[in-house]
Amino acid sequence: MSNETLPTRTARPGAGAALMRLTRRPETGAVIGLIAVYTFFALLGGPVFTGPAGFASWLNIAAEIGIVALPVGLLMISGELDISVGATIPAASLTTAILAGHYDLPDYVGVLGGLGVGLMIGFVNGMLLIRTGLPSLIITIGTMFGVMGLTLGLTVMIAGSTGVFLMSDVATRFVLGQFIGGMFQVTIFWWLAFVAAFGFLLHVSPVGNWIFALGGDRVSARNAGIPTDKLTVALYMMSGFCAAFVGVSQVVVYNSAQVLAGQSFIFNSIMCVVIGGVLLTGGFGSIVGIVIGTMTFSIVNQGVFFTGIDPNVGSVIIGALLLVAVMTNDGFRALALNLTSKKK
Amino acid sequence: MSDTTPVLELRKVDKSFGPIDVLHEISLKVRAGEVLCLLGDNGAGKSTLIKTLAGVHKPTRGEILMDGEAVTFDRPKDAADRGIATVHQFGGTFPLMSIGRSFFVGVEPTKGWGPFKIFDRKTANEIAVKAVRDFGITRIEDGDRLVGGLSGGERQSLAIARAVHFGARVLILDEPTAALGVKQAAHVLRIVGEARRRGLAVIFITHQVMHAMAVGDHFAVLIRGAIAADFRKGEKTREEITDLMAGGESMADLEASLDTYMENHEGHAPQPAA
Repeated sequence: MSNETLPTRTARPGAGAALMRLTRRPETGAVIGLIAVYTFFALLGGPVFTGPAGFASWLNIAAEIGIVALPVGLLMISGELDISVGATIPAASLTTAILAGHYDLPDYVGVLGGLGVGLMIGFVNGMLLIRTGLPSLIITIGTMFGVMGLTLGLTVMIAGSTGVFLMSDVATRFVLGQFIGGMFQVTIFWWLAFVAAFGFLLHVSPVGNWIFALGGDRVSARNAGIPTDKLTVALYMMSGFCAAFVGVSQVVVYNSAQVLAGQSFIFNSIMCVVIGGVLLTGGFGSIVGIVIGTMTFSIVNQGVFFTGIDPNVGSVIIGALLLVAVMTNDGFRALALNLTSKKK
Repeated sequence: MSDTTPVLELRKVDKSFGPIDVLHEISLKVRAGEVLCLLGDNGAGKSTLIKTLAGVHKPTRGEILMDGEAVTFDRPKDAADRGIATVHQFGGTFPLMSIGRSFFVGVEPTKGWGPFKIFDRKTANEIAVKAVRDFGITRIEDGDRLVGGLSGGERQSLAIARAVHFGARVLILDEPTAALGVKQAAHVLRIVGEARRRGLAVIFITHQVMHAMAVGDHFAVLIRGAIAADFRKGEKTREEITDLMAGGESMADLEASLDTYMENHEGHAPQPAA
């Protein structure tokens, strides 16, 4: 060991290149934001916030938003938005609650039914988009209201109220609704699984390249032979599925489903994605960025309760954070475009 | 060279949109290893002609032949499958993708099998970087760089290298030098020369006579949708070509009339017509 020469001279350019490589990554700005926000609340919130209870508090929130934010982020990278997730979540939880609770069918029928509703909503969104060519914002606002109305109408018609109870069995609770160590929702692990799956899809599989190309320029992507229509429908179905997954797991955790649950997910999921460095107009972003954006958002969302600050201030912080995040992300994107790995 | 069959030939192609005739009896030939310069002022019908060749528009009358055989393009994909590649003014259309990724959009190299096929980033980057370097762009070394970070000339070169790598036989360059500085334009012109050396049929659309004369073997001047002149290298001088593009009106005449006007109006240039 002692006779090894210290690689000081040679390490220098390598470190410089690594630093430049880092600034080229879309999530660099998001990491800085995450560290800043965590430090802020750790200082104000004290040991309770940095302890296990504090972690559980924001991780549980992050897992639920995170599962929805992943496909919403993929859609945004491909140049589209999905507002309808806010209606898909309650539609899925009520489907599960009505099938397994009200009609007393086996739990798995309820769970599959809920997930199926999500896939169906996604399919309708995708088909409407490729058939009409209208902006996805408008289409998914439309489907959101449609699904919301149907959910409310059918629930009242079938169950006679706007909330349905479900006492799920042990197995279902173990898979979807248990609290590990009494406070960490099992959803956190599902989130990690989804992160791995979406990370593979976007960054490792060739389909990821199609998604980036689709967001960069739809017409060129189609001319290059990418099945853009199928890809769009598939992405919307993923979004519907993930939103439904959150809806189903909520009904298992809370033992009931409410018609109006899920509204907050619409903007929260978009904010997580944008804070994470995804370009709103498509073509740029990463899964790591979305995860970090989700964590940052959840820390602010929950961290306020650990400080003496009025919880309403939390919303102000989130609003400011969003603006700052978009500005720094723009800056880092400009850096990424201008930096070359080896200046000459 | 004139006895070989042209790779691409247009015979009396007309294109009209409703009552408006945009192209009128266009006949052109381009052979392998030859650069055909299509010169024309704005609004002469250059864009419509490119789109017709690229399969975006269908000719109203007349026929398109490839290797002496009549072809019809229903979609841009048909033209692309036949080896007709169009490179637009700003090169790549995916500025926020890396060089390697954008090079292989739609034809990604993969490793592994079944649902676990993975995008082979290393191979993609290597091939993409090698392809542009073979065209003389030695400044590109890192396939992870974003396309938007390249200079205009480098982007054009990347797009041309990509087209050649994927087996293009006819290269349509739509004003590749229009937005570039002198040095960058020279770069692109060298690459056009390299494409010709490799035996591609190049259609080079421009309104810069100097650029056209630097690389062209064969010239066609387009005025109001019709071929006004068709000549080979060395048959006309730069002044003659410029005059032709200006619509037959001699540039010298125009200058003379401007001078007279300025003299009569105390040095003020004429107001442009609204």
